[in-house]
Amino acid sequence: MRKNDFDVIIVGAGPAGLAAGYVLAKEGISVAIIERGIFPGSKNVMGGIFYRSSLDDLIPDFYKEAPIERHIVEQKIWLLSEDSMFSTGIKSEKYNVEPYNCFSIFRAKFDKWFAKKAADASAMIINETVVTDLILDGNRVIGVKTDRPNGDLYSDVVIAADGVNSFLTKSLGLRKKITTNNVALALKEIIELPDKVINDRFGVSSSSEGVTIEITGPYFNKMRAIGFVYTNRNSLSLGLGVVTEDMVKLKINPNDLLEEFKKHPAIKPLINGGETKEYMAHMIPEGGYYSMPKLYSDGFMVVGDAAMLVNSIHREGANLAIESGKFAAKTYIEARKIGDFSQKTLSSYQKKLEESFVLRDLKTYKNLPKLLEEKQYLISKYPKFIIDAIYEMYSVDKVSKSEKVKLIMNRAKKELGYFNILKDAFSIWRDFR
Amino acid sequence: MRIEDKLYLIGYNIDEEESHLGVSDPEECKKCLGRPCTYICPAGVYSYDDEEGKLSINYDACVECGTCRIVCSYITWKYPRGGFGVQYKFG
Repeated sequence: MRKNDFDVIIVGAGPAGLAAGYVLAKEGISVAIIERGIFPGSKNVMGGIFYRSSLDDLIPDFYKEAPIERHIVEQKIWLLSEDSMFSTGIKSEKYNVEPYNCFSIFRAKFDKWFAKKAADASAMIINETVVTDLILDGNRVIGVKTDRPNGDLYSDVVIAADGVNSFLTKSLGLRKKITTNNVALALKEIIELPDKVINDRFGVSSSSEGVTIEITGPYFNKMRAIGFVYTNRNSLSLGLGVVTEDMVKLKINPNDLLEEFKKHPAIKPLINGGETKEYMAHMIPEGGYYSMPKLYSDGFMVVGDAAMLVNSIHREGANLAIESGKFAAKTYIEARKIGDFSQKTLSSYQKKLEESFVLRDLKTYKNLPKLLEEKQYLISKYPKFIIDAIYEMYSVDKVSKSEKVKLIMNRAKKELGYFNILKDAFSIWRDFR
Repeated sequence: MRIEDKLYLIGYNIDEEESHLGVSDPEECKKCLGRPCTYICPAGVYSYDDEEGKLSINYDACVECGTCRIVCSYITWKYPRGGFGVQYKFG
């Protein structure tokens, strides 16, 4: 009988793959994590906010040693129009005490650190190697082909943590073709500024405290788009995520859109004098619950972005990836006890995800992508109405307040329509109850 | 800031021997309406030469997001060989 090279092979050293590898290695299981970049993190991109709790289970107090930028003490939401901005959000001292809720990070640094932890736990990280295909025995996955000479590697189970483009999941027929409605193109710039300037502009009292701003509204016109500004220690992460379908339809060049965005009167003063240090782009799987592939097969499990585990409205992804990696590892450990890696046994991976907040949350928002596809105006027309109404109420121009309320109600009737508001309220209630 | 200047900020280990991007049927580019690859790519990899009737692919600027392969089914897309391609400092 053929001898396995490893008990488990993980494809991709992002948060999902590294979490799975870390858990397995800690259990004394022989595990390889195959990464195509020169080091883990070198090709990894996210907006930049990392939630603590999922990783804290694995590495308690990790943030004391991991390369983090700032812990987040204030999270804002902006509704943006061409010339105005309405801001809301939460700043709390409760966010300013350990163990903290979330952090701004750079993935190239963070993932490299996480990979070192996995390697210290005796996972083998194999860099600069592309997995080109799965090796099958009948329907069962028994290993991977790589682009190294004599690069075939065999294992009990392969865990696909190969990201949003996941060719492995596709090759097994576990998912359909990704559509332009299921993914957003995200762009980001790292804009360097002195930390004291950032502290002043964002109203924090030390260079370890950070602020996040998520931006939507009529500024983005007919697009399902979110802008963001996150504070790092000596820089800002500024970017946009736009559903690909909308960019194609409107024939928009993403960099042009980002450049325009940087000129908005609410954004410009935040980045003024800053120097762009890096530019990057990444696809975000935003299709939600219904766009997920089948998560397991004989000798195979899918984790992280490859499994489309992103909660776009709460900008959660890396934490869901880590949870999925942990569950996949636990499922392997259970399967190993009975020596059975069939899909029947591995189906408990799906069950674990279903019982956790990961798929509970994705189920809560399962209708959101479709709702916004059909009613994009929910994130443009309504925010516009709110911005205009508040502008009106704050403008003192000898019009009485009751007259202003009447004007606003008339606008609601004209621009939105009372019946339409009821209909929209009903569909939101129906989709999220 | 122009895209050319932004790409200059990114680290790449360019594979001089082989392109990881291509088009399965160049005839389709001639017929293609709008040619979304030419404006959707965040790294401006694709441009269309009307005179030659040919898509030009500047693969060494690719940031490996995969957007082009989602918008066009004729684009052949694979990962650059191990160790090649984009290398972020921050990410």
